[in-house]
Amino acid sequence: MLKRTPLFYAHQKLGARLIDFGGWEMPVQYTSITDEHLAVRNAAGIFDISHMGEVTVSGAAAEDFLNHLLTNDIRKLAPGEGQYTLMCNERGGVVDDLYAYKLSEGVYLLIINASRIEPDVAWMQEQAANFPRRNELKLTDASHNYAAIAVQGPRAKEFIEKCFSGASTSAMRVNHLTDLKKNQVGGFPFEGASVLVSRTGYTGEDGFEIVGSDSSIQKVWDALLAVGQPFGIKPCGLGARDTLRTEVCYPLYGHELDENTTPIEAGVGFFVSLDKGDFIGREVLAEQKADGYSKKCVAFKMADKSAPPRPHYPIWVNGASVGEVVSGTQSPSLNLGIGMGYVPTEFAKPDTKIEIEIRGKRFAAVTVKKPIYRKI
Amino acid sequence: MSQVPSDLKYAKSHEWVRVTGDTATVGITDHAQHELTDIVFVELPAVGRKLAAGEACAVVESVKTASDIYSPVSGEVVEVNKAAADNPGLVNTEPFAGGWFFKIKLSNAAELNALLTPENYKAQIGG
Repeated sequence: MLKRTPLFYAHQKLGARLIDFGGWEMPVQYTSITDEHLAVRNAAGIFDISHMGEVTVSGAAAEDFLNHLLTNDIRKLAPGEGQYTLMCNERGGVVDDLYAYKLSEGVYLLIINASRIEPDVAWMQEQAANFPRRNELKLTDASHNYAAIAVQGPRAKEFIEKCFSGASTSAMRVNHLTDLKKNQVGGFPFEGASVLVSRTGYTGEDGFEIVGSDSSIQKVWDALLAVGQPFGIKPCGLGARDTLRTEVCYPLYGHELDENTTPIEAGVGFFVSLDKGDFIGREVLAEQKADGYSKKCVAFKMADKSAPPRPHYPIWVNGASVGEVVSGTQSPSLNLGIGMGYVPTEFAKPDTKIEIEIRGKRFAAVTVKKPIYRKI
Repeated sequence: MSQVPSDLKYAKSHEWVRVTGDTATVGITDHAQHELTDIVFVELPAVGRKLAAGEACAVVESVKTASDIYSPVSGEVVEVNKAAADNPGLVNTEPFAGGWFFKIKLSNAAELNALLTPENYKAQIGG
């Protein structure tokens, strides 16, 4: 039996096509991936992201524990701020990539991938059990208590305050929701309850993510669709979520990231703080930063019109098969095949001529600087 | 509601066949294009290729996935629709007209009897 989010019936009513995504029955599209994708690039789109996991970490030792567990420096966060970060194993391989928010002193919320909730929580609990100050730490898998929505696109800021008219009452204190800056999070009153709204997203556009109880999120979904309608809002499925994030080269766990790949190899070394002190995986990551590494995740564009690249298609350089595509699609913004894949570091420079093997034939492509798509 | 023209034969795998003399034109149905949505690429068989009924011979790609197209009948490919290769959106907008895939010279016309009637195909897609 697939798990359903509190918005399942809303999706059905909107005529969504539903698929199995990591054990969840989720909308892949409502009308068309291209239309939904372009709505987010040009106006606004709303996504159900309730399948994602939430873990709370609190207590006097929470900050030290998270700095030991995660690659980014959590001490950089003031209350009401969040950061992208990664959780690695001792080999520097990625257990998950996540967002960490500091809600107040000693209270943190981690948003983790749906497909990784079980391994993540097991890993965190194991690390917590071995942590010297484990008695000053409380770690809770709150995934069942929360639903979530992303509203993304250049026009989202024009209507979101029609749903959240007041000032924030927790985390980042602002008078108006749109005063939130990128990566800030605030608690806002909504119909007698409180929801967390952050200025974050997974599309490369301005936008917001909203976390709250099942019943609050059901109401927020309906309210945002209604107030966003004059601004061109569209409900968007996982299909558009994937093409949007691929265009801006955001990694997706299971594609660019896995337990045998480090953040450095994946090209997210910016979120690894080697100077913050020791943390899990640091030894390997420091070595890679100092001495180099053998494979790297590159972005590429097809040189000509071709079938879209897909995950697992072989990548060729100079007549030899050297790697594999991990994400690939037709880019709705560029109307061209694009993707990411791993190649030996010597071929990772932008403007390297590569070939993608599609059904036994090789097609010309070129590596490009990330992101593949950037707004002019 | 998907269109199912009454003058065509259908394969369970959602191709249609229009027979003119000893030649059949093959495409994918309105139901199939609707299921695929946003067709971004069409790969056609080579002219002269001999196909067996049920053989995978073309590929249609949406943003999300690649799907094989099967020849409903046996024979030799005599013409392919370059317009659909150049403008894959035709398969979405005109699945039974400008969005056809290839023409095949029938080597065993009796195979046509094994294909679905419009009524049977409608029943299959729940129409």
